[in-house]
Amino acid sequence: MKRHFRVWRGDASGGDLRDFDVEVNEGEVVLDIIHRLQATQAPDLACRWNCKAGKCGSCSMEINGMPRLGCMTRMSTFTEDETITITPIRTFPVIRDLVTDVSFNYEKARETPAFAPPPGVAPGDYRMQQVDVERSQEFRKCIECFLCQNTCHVIRDHDENKPAFSGPRFFIRAAELDMHPLDDREDRKEHAQASQGLGYCNITKCCTEVCPEHIKITDNAIIPMKERVVDRRYDPLVWLGRKIFRRDELESASTKPSFPPIVNPSTANPSTVNPPMSSARLPQTAPVGPDGHMDIAELVAPQQGGLSPFGEDLEFPLPPEQIAYHHPDPDKTPDR
Amino acid sequence: MSSTIERHLYDVVVIGAGGAGLRAAIEARLAGKRTAIISKSLFGKAHTVMAEGGAAAAMGNVNSNDNWMVHFRDTMRGGKFLNNFRMAELHAKEAPERIWELETYGALFDRTKDGKISQRNFGGHEYPRLAHVGDRTGLELIRTLQQKIVSLQQEDFAETGSYESRIRVFQETTITELMLDGDRVAGAFGYYRESGEFLLFETPAVVLATGGVGRSYKVTSNSWEYTGDGHALALRSGATLINMEFLQFHPTGMVWPPSVKGILVTESVRGDGGVLRNSDGKRFMFDYVPDVFRKQYAETEEEGDRWYDDPDNNRRPPELLPRDEVARAINSEVKAGRGSPAGGVFLDVSTRLPAEQIIKRLPSMHHQFKELADVDITKEPMEVGPTCHYVMGGVEVDPDTGAAFGTVQGLFAAGEVSGGMHGSNRLGGNSLSDLLVFGKRAGEHAAAYVDTLGVRPKPAKIDVAAAAEVALAPLARAGGENPYTLQQDLQAVMGDLVGIIRRAGELTDAIKRLQELKARVANVSADGGRLYNPGWHLALDLRNMLVVSECTAKAALEREESRGGHTREDFPKMSPEWRRVNLVCSLDETGEVHLERKPVPRMRAELIDLFDRSELAKYMTDEELAEVEAE
Repeated sequence: MKRHFRVWRGDASGGDLRDFDVEVNEGEVVLDIIHRLQATQAPDLACRWNCKAGKCGSCSMEINGMPRLGCMTRMSTFTEDETITITPIRTFPVIRDLVTDVSFNYEKARETPAFAPPPGVAPGDYRMQQVDVERSQEFRKCIECFLCQNTCHVIRDHDENKPAFSGPRFFIRAAELDMHPLDDREDRKEHAQASQGLGYCNITKCCTEVCPEHIKITDNAIIPMKERVVDRRYDPLVWLGRKIFRRDELESASTKPSFPPIVNPSTANPSTVNPPMSSARLPQTAPVGPDGHMDIAELVAPQQGGLSPFGEDLEFPLPPEQIAYHHPDPDKTPDR
Repeated sequence: MSSTIERHLYDVVVIGAGGAGLRAAIEARLAGKRTAIISKSLFGKAHTVMAEGGAAAAMGNVNSNDNWMVHFRDTMRGGKFLNNFRMAELHAKEAPERIWELETYGALFDRTKDGKISQRNFGGHEYPRLAHVGDRTGLELIRTLQQKIVSLQQEDFAETGSYESRIRVFQETTITELMLDGDRVAGAFGYYRESGEFLLFETPAVVLATGGVGRSYKVTSNSWEYTGDGHALALRSGATLINMEFLQFHPTGMVWPPSVKGILVTESVRGDGGVLRNSDGKRFMFDYVPDVFRKQYAETEEEGDRWYDDPDNNRRPPELLPRDEVARAINSEVKAGRGSPAGGVFLDVSTRLPAEQIIKRLPSMHHQFKELADVDITKEPMEVGPTCHYVMGGVEVDPDTGAAFGTVQGLFAAGEVSGGMHGSNRLGGNSLSDLLVFGKRAGEHAAAYVDTLGVRPKPAKIDVAAAAEVALAPLARAGGENPYTLQQDLQAVMGDLVGIIRRAGELTDAIKRLQELKARVANVSADGGRLYNPGWHLALDLRNMLVVSECTAKAALEREESRGGHTREDFPKMSPEWRRVNLVCSLDETGEVHLERKPVPRMRAELIDLFDRSELAKYMTDEELAEVEAE
């Protein structure tokens, strides 16, 4: 049976919804329809996908305006005469058709301090109780589909908030490490507040609603992180305790390895407003030359100057005996 | 079209960002090498996420009788003694260290009561051995390695001011060709999927970690990425492939609804009590226990059921036979007309465990069936059937270093793309540990190889230009064949003629049809431009799928016996003579697949001593047994 679809097609310069009538069989999901479109009507329709089983989080898209995974949206959830509109996720810049530039998320991942292994515990000697690891395990179910990031209204239509806001995906990462029984860093909450922009979140729970893994992002990660941040920062008793026990704290601090605070380049200097969001590909598209491109090799090479066309291990000048050069007039060679 | 080619200089380039690739990259970076990771998908989406059951490592946390020797023995038995014994040995010995190391990267495995890593039962493993996280172990593994790479980048940022100064991930980038300088690897040529622009990596060492070939089959658990790229790159650069006839069909893939056909139902469903029934409601696996396994498996349902609680005094139920046996049994039941409505059999856990136990132990299976098939596995059985899952064959490598055999130097392989480790059949859980053990080794030895080089090999300009031309050909050609049609035709040939049960006539036919397809693939064309064009990408992948399929078909025709992931209807018995033979594929100068026989390396005496003589007699020739006795 044929069903009616509207699929957004275009690229960074613009695009529009195109109409398609596609065959739909029993038991199929939206991603099946996209594949049929590619195989029959639009071979160059761009769409990310991998596992087709809701485990990799690649096929994020907006289906009738709802952020969903294409592989987890059954066609049977729509009425038979319903037009199904498929658009790319809106929070990130379009590359082409349903594919968007999600490098924002990978940049935020790099700004989130990594797991700090407990000093002095050898591999194989880690001991944790199941009940303690389960709290963090909930957040490690995350498949990084970035639907929570996409739906979060702090950045959905507010590019200007992106530099200062890491988004729900990285709040649960911070919470996961905060609740990790053996993580050695103790400033996860402070980091979330100071560098990840936890304060921007006003708990509308949209992220929890769209999570295909049903992670309770707001209830189990964001709210506890906010509460504990509040405890630490504003609780007068805690403040008093800190004043009183300051010396002990200093001593214990000196026995613990101290971590340099991770500098978040996008928040460190608030005066630089709206830096370009995706630095990942920026040097590669710098427009130079008539063909619109420059050879970026010299920007990424380990040494200064462009790469030598002769290879990096050849030194100049070459020893004269290695040069196959014959003087045009043999009588005038310098030796004679 | 612009012909600009970005040039990058690296010490080690790792192709593939699954478990093996990331582990190799970590090791190369730790050895101080500038390392690039090439990923066809986004970072962290690799097919490793699909691994559910766990990673096999003889840590002995649950049963202290377990050790590397038992694990080695199970691996060799599972692979029907065709495994490269040295790889199986290294794997069994090093797997525990590799798992423990992951904890220092931040992994959170499920725990035992005393706080150690919990281990679960799995098909073919004598003791509970699989470190796991519910049934999403692969996701944990990939995320852990991904986060370790990020943490290394953070270290580099603190030191140099750039996250990418020592290790960089090239997301959504495909390598189409390796560049050689004489016999040495000199670089890798490819394109950004996003922009369609070309890049050239100048590098003296390449680690292949591209995974498998399942996309050549109609029913497969594999993602679109599994097009045999690494296998084909290796062949074209002068390396060899072994055991390509051995493909594992996972016995339990979903068969309903059609959209999810092929997607895996983890073996832990059976490990945790799930049973297989035919349409008569019979637990048919008891009828399919082969002689070689008779002693280790229960003969009655009662004994099998007791095993779940008292494994020391009972034998395991036959649902936990190695994967090839279960796949064949299901195939036979369906052919005999006792299958389920959608052409599989029933896998039932709903009558075996209380609902809350099922949700606790198999959360993502419960989730997967609920969301994808609208089936509640706590209330009704699943419909399952065999699906193409894993290729045991792959790049022939040195067991200790992962260096590819053949004429090429500087090429390494790890994970599914390498061959030998699993023999004719892989045990569940052995792939996650395989990719950690050999990923680390490949990264380490690639770095060491770079140190031995005096002169950096250089890619020839003419090769680069040729690679660019080949890559652009499908776009330049108008009115050629549709790549999607060609892929479907290839899948039909492989699925119908080189599937689970093989016959000489069909294999000959398949080889002929693959030749016809080759001519058609040479004429493939892709509509549209270079910007994120999946049709173009598929057109380029087809070439790889085709040459690897040809290796599989030719080797399958040559091997006249049935063993593990290779079943010949016309030669149904396992032959001790054939156990001594590896089939090795290479490309000759004209680009044709050349097949030759090579002896399987002989196991060292102290390893042979781990087995009963009576067990060896099932696999070895009389002559070999006499030699063993003499030692």
